[in-house]
Order: sequence, then structure tokens, then C-alpha cells
Amino acid sequence: MSAVIDNHAPAHGHDSHDHGDHHGAPHGLMRWVTTTNHKDIGTMYLWFSFIMFLVGGVMALTIRAELFEPGLQIVSPEFFNTMTTYHGLIMVFGAIMPAFVGFANWLIPLMIGAPDMAFPRMNNWSFWLLPPAGILLMSSFLLPGGAAGVGWTMYAPLTSQMGPGMDTTIFAVHLLGMSSIMGSINIITTILNMRAPGMTMMKMPMFVWTWLITAYLLIAVMPVLAGAVTMTLTDRHFGTSFFNAAGGGDPVLYQHIFWFFGHPEVYIIAIPAFGVVSQVIPAFSRKPLFGYASMVYATSSIAILSFIVWAHHMYTVGMPVAGQLYFMYATMLIAVPTGVKVFNWVATMWKGSLTFETPMLFALGFLFLFTLGGFTGLVLSLVPVDVQLQDTYYVVAHFHYVMVAGALFSAFAGVYFWFPKWTGKMYDEKLGKIHFWLTLVFFNMIFFVQHFLGLAGMPRRIPDYNPQFTEFNQISTIGAFGFGLSQLLFLYILLKAIKSGKPAEQKQWDGADTLEWTHLPTPMPYHTFENPPTVK
Amino acid sequence: MSNATPTHNYYLPEPAGYPVIGSVALLLFTGGMAMWFNSHALGPWVTFAGVAVLVYMMYLWFGKVISESEGGLYTKRVDVSYRWSMSWFIFSEVMFFAGFFGALFYARLYAVPELGGLDQKLLWPDFSPGWPTSGPMPHDPFETVNAWGLPALNTLLLLTSGVTITIAHFGLLKNNRKQLIIWLGATILLGMTFLACQAIEYSHAYSEGLKLTSGIYGTTFFMLTGFHGFHVTVGTIMLIVIWFRCVKGHFTPDHHFAFEGVAWYWHFVDVVWLFLFVFVYWL
Repeated sequence: MSAVIDNHAPAHGHDSHDHGDHHGAPHGLMRWVTTTNHKDIGTMYLWFSFIMFLVGGVMALTIRAELFEPGLQIVSPEFFNTMTTYHGLIMVFGAIMPAFVGFANWLIPLMIGAPDMAFPRMNNWSFWLLPPAGILLMSSFLLPGGAAGVGWTMYAPLTSQMGPGMDTTIFAVHLLGMSSIMGSINIITTILNMRAPGMTMMKMPMFVWTWLITAYLLIAVMPVLAGAVTMTLTDRHFGTSFFNAAGGGDPVLYQHIFWFFGHPEVYIIAIPAFGVVSQVIPAFSRKPLFGYASMVYATSSIAILSFIVWAHHMYTVGMPVAGQLYFMYATMLIAVPTGVKVFNWVATMWKGSLTFETPMLFALGFLFLFTLGGFTGLVLSLVPVDVQLQDTYYVVAHFHYVMVAGALFSAFAGVYFWFPKWTGKMYDEKLGKIHFWLTLVFFNMIFFVQHFLGLAGMPRRIPDYNPQFTEFNQISTIGAFGFGLSQLLFLYILLKAIKSGKPAEQKQWDGADTLEWTHLPTPMPYHTFENPPTVK
Repeated sequence: MSNATPTHNYYLPEPAGYPVIGSVALLLFTGGMAMWFNSHALGPWVTFAGVAVLVYMMYLWFGKVISESEGGLYTKRVDVSYRWSMSWFIFSEVMFFAGFFGALFYARLYAVPELGGLDQKLLWPDFSPGWPTSGPMPHDPFETVNAWGLPALNTLLLLTSGVTITIAHFGLLKNNRKQLIIWLGATILLGMTFLACQAIEYSHAYSEGLKLTSGIYGTTFFMLTGFHGFHVTVGTIMLIVIWFRCVKGHFTPDHHFAFEGVAWYWHFVDVVWLFLFVFVYWL
């Protein structure tokens, strides 16, 4: 993606649209530090997220290496705990969320015909809060007592017993929250106020709709997470009793507050992924998205329902049966709008003129595997079943089908889909397809077997296990290393395309119909839609 | 840069260094606090360095925004952006307080009654649940703050300040600068009086034994009122800034969103106080 830079750096200046926009603008590193351009900021988000993806991935491989055999081989149990913790935190807050914010930055102004985001300087700050948060997060490994091995959910009272690494982690969450809130305010304002003439709400591309709803969720729940970790902080250092039963508080209170954030967070990750898939599938089916309006309503319903199901993460914590029943039924209700979406995607392909380039392959991989993850979610929503499966590898398999095969596959689909538009270069289609098939096969190798491990009772977040689980764990570990190596192929594909990719066409995909494809040349000028297009 | 002029009906700023200065400031601030809380000698220094850099950054950034606004770069559409963003920012603040109110309600409705329930009799045989409480573990006794003393006066102060800022706003709309400046000044004084009363109340509470460490009652009381007090402080600083801007002749009857944004924020802290008065002090 650094090709974006080269294409528009004034030294090259081959694009007439640049017309000296850079006079007096900083160059080199300072250009990226001070940029107010949504394309630059989107690029930084995407690279940051990819780097974090690799860091979190190495942590996952550490976990899988330790679990290759029963017994303790490679790392200490304490270090194993920090690996599960920071793998989760980094993948959720450092990799997946910034990846989709990167898409939002790049695409929302283009798709609605806006000259940039509503608040370009705040946009810059949203990104540049991430590196300090990353520094705080990683610095915890160097502090006395090491990083906090508390799980990404940071449950009390374990968090009260950790060393200084817990504090830096808490402050990292604060900075990440600030970044998300500012980014979301920017996105909502852009969508509500910066649309080109004629771009009514119900004409917006589905990706824009999904981000409008996601941004709303983020603004609603990130402050609650900030509150939860602030309570943890004051319990640790100032003698408050939020989560201390001896003082009249309750550790379960933490879980309620955390999951009030945590469940919408699942949809914060999933809904932009739905948005990307809703652009990719119609493009390669050469048909408009089936049931656009129902898609908007279904996404909104998911967002609203996401606020009232949080305690399904806590069935075994001790709650009245009436409470369990309510949260079970409410959770199962989410399957309805989600089903609407899945059927709409399938119906979009029905009688379409389908082709299967890499973005479409990833979108179909998403559709198939995310649906499986949704079904296991439905299984876990059942109280009597969940009581058996709580904290087993079945849960791990379930949410990795949603997070990896859902969000990550969709992010890959999005990168392959828009890469030609962003950089003006085409990636190697054959290598892209190889990347897809390797990713698909290795993904299932890692996680499909974990369903069986979980059903057989293997607990998660434990570095040792009963020897009866060995074979499936070895399959999973081999799959994990294969998956990790396949992502280096992805990096190679990107770098190769940037360096020597063939020039891309304006409308690289003939089914793509949003403004960035129909109205803008490839490669795009540094500033686009300075005069808004008129949308019919 | 060609986009620095409002030719395209939306002002897009040039590249700016303020955000990254703010990021460095927050890294110092949070890193410093982490050091401080773990008794590292340099902690306070790093923290205050972070605060200093942050204040410097805000001075620069807000100064720039003010000069852009007064320079006529902000069109109607930019104004609408500010309105949306301030509304959503206040919504995020509402959710922040909702988390702490949720903790209060959970403690009162579930946590404390359960600690007095049959399940806990083995562990805490002598605990009788009620409110206020400092929990089953023995704590120093404390007196709660009477809602109809200082808190009632504070309610009156904040509600009055909501009226005075509206009178100031009417002054601005009629271009009556004297009315604007006097009533905005009155709002600031009311805000400061409120904060002084809170300080007096806190010192009374501490002398009557009610501390942050007084179990769940002290926890929720000081955290909720403390965060509110912090927000009133920020709101008062915002009022002072726009008061100076009014004195300098900024704002016109049809272009003064900075004033309105501060007024919205002020009403927000006012409403939060009403919830505090009812659920923390009174009931």
C-alpha cells in the first residue's frame, strides 16, 4: 500500500489531479505523522492492524506450540496465561478493529462522495492514539511481575492481584477507547452530514450503513468498558470496593459491566465484516444486493439486540433461572436478523453471473464458515448445553469461526477487492487464490477439531491437558503453523503487487457499482470529490 | 494547500502536528500514572509532564480552531458537523456515567442483599444488609451526607446556572453583548460555588468517617460524585474560555456553536447531578 504514496508524491507527480496539493505539506515520515488525508490514515490503520495481526499471531503460535503435547514443554504456565490474554487483546483491539476502521477511512468518503472525513485532524488523532496504546500494552511484558495473565476479559478479582503490567494494560484500554470513540464520532458525522447531493440514506452502499451502526455501538459501549477498567484501577490502588465482596461489592459486577460492552463488541467486529461482504458478493454476482432494505433493518436489529443479551456469557456465574431463560431466548432471537442477512447473500448469488476471483472466494469462505460459527453460537445460547461447554475448547472454536472466518476472511476479501483501486496495481490472482485455499484449509485444521476437544471436555486457557486430547491438539497446532505461514504469503502478494503489479483498471471488477469505481480514475488522486458528484 | 480555502463548501484543514503531540502527552500521562501508582519515584513528574504537554497541545489546537472559526472558514455544513459530533460526544459521556450508576444499582439491588442472604451466613454470620453499608468486613463507622443540606443547595446552584446560561444565550442571539457577558459570568460563578460546596462537603464527609475506602457506599459515593465534580470542573473551564472569547468580541448571533456546545455540556452535567441527587444523596 505504500504504492499509494509513490503514486502521489510530488516527485513523481504523473497524475494531473495532484496539481501541487503538496506544496508546503510535510514529506517523508512527517507526512504520515501530520496527515489529515483519509486515504493516508486508512492506509496507516491497515498496516498497523496487519503488524498487530502478526504480533498476536506469534502469541497464538506460542499457545499452540505449548499445546502440541500434553505436559509443560516450552513456556511457564504464567507466561502461557499472558499469551492467551494479549493474543486476545491484540487481535480484538489491535488487529480486527483497526482493520475495519482502515476500511471505513478509505471507503466511506469515497462511497458517499465526500471530500474527506468530517474532522480530518481528529481522524489523525484516532489513529495516532493506537501506537501509544500498543507501547503501553507491550511494555507490560517488561515490567516487574510481567504482563497480566488475566484473560482478555480481565475479570476481577484476578486483576486485583496482578503487578504493574495490569496498570499499563488498563491505560492501554483507555487510549484504545478514546481512539474508538473519536473515530466513531468522526464516522457518524461524516455519514450523516457529508453525503453528496442525492445520496439519500437508503441509497448508501451497505458498507456505509454497517459502519453507521457499528460506530453507534462503539460510542455506546466503549465508555462502559472505560468505566469497568477504571473501577478495576481504583480497586487495585485506591481501596474502592466495586469488585470486593468484603466491602459490599461483587466480582460478578465486573462481568456484567464488561459483557455489557463485550457483547456489542462482538457485533462491532462482525457488522463491518457484513458490510464488506455485502459489497463483494453483489459485485461478483453481477446483481444488486438482494433485499437491501431488509439488510439495513436486520443490521439495526442485531445492533439493538446486542445490548440485551450480555449475560449469556455468564450462565454459570450464578443467576436465577428466570434470568438464564430471558438471556437464552433473547440470544436465540439474534439468529433471526442474522438469518435474514445470510439468506440475502445467498439470494444475491441466485441466478447471478458468478465468477470466483480471490475477493469472492474469501467472501464465500466467510459466508460458509461464519454461518457455522453462528450455529455453534446458537448451540451455546442454550443454557443446559452451555453449562457443559462453558470455558471449553468448544467456545474457542465457536468464536474463532466468527472472528477469524468471519471478520478476518471478510477483511482479506476487502483488501483483495479494493487493493487495485487503492494502489492502482493488480495483485497476482493465482497467488491470491492459493492464499485463500491455504487459509481456508489451515483455518479448519486449527479450529474444526477444537469443537470435538471442547465436547470431550478440554478446558481452555490451560497449558496442559489429558493425554486423550493429544491427536486433535497436534492437528490443531500443525494447522496453526500452516495458517501463520500462509499469512506471510499474503504479505508477499501485497508487496509484490505494490512493487511490480500490473496497472489496474478503473473498474477492475465489472460488477462493482459504488462511486469509487464508477466516478474515480485508477489510481485515485490524493484528494477526491472536492466537488461532490450528483447521485441519481 | 488548495484545500485550505472553503471553496468546496467544506473546510478541510492542512496537515497538523497537534494530534501526535496529544498522543505523546497521553503516553506520558498514563505511563506516569502507572509508575506513580506503583510507587516509582519519577511517576508524579512524568504524569505532570504529560498534563503540561496535553494542556499545551489543547491551547494550540483549540487556538487554531478558534482562529479558523473567526476567520470565516466554517460554513453551515461544518457547523452541522460540530453539532452532530458534540451530541455524540455527550452520548458517550452519558454511557460512561451509566456504567457507574449501573454499579450503584447492582450493588444496592443484588450484591449487598445477597451478602446478607442465607448462602453467606457461614462466611459473614453477623452481616445485616442495608444501605448505606461498608460491606461485611469491619470498617470504621461513617455518617452519610444529608441530602437536604449542601446537596440541596448544590442542586439549586446548578439549576440556576442552567437558567443563567440560557439568559446569556438570549443575549447573544439579540446581540446584546452586555447581557451575554454578565450572565455567562454569573454561570461561571455558580459553577465555581458548586465546586466549592462539593469541596466543603467532601471535607465534612471525611471528618465524619466517610471515605473512598468505606466499602461499597464510600466507593460509589465518591466515584460518582467525584467524576461528576471533574466534569463540572471541565465544564467551568470551558465556560471561562468562551467568556473570554465573548469579551474579545467573538461569536455572532448566527454563528456561535462553541457557545452552544458548552451550554449543551453544561446542561448535561446538570442532568447528571439531578440523578446523583436522587439516587446517591436522597434515596
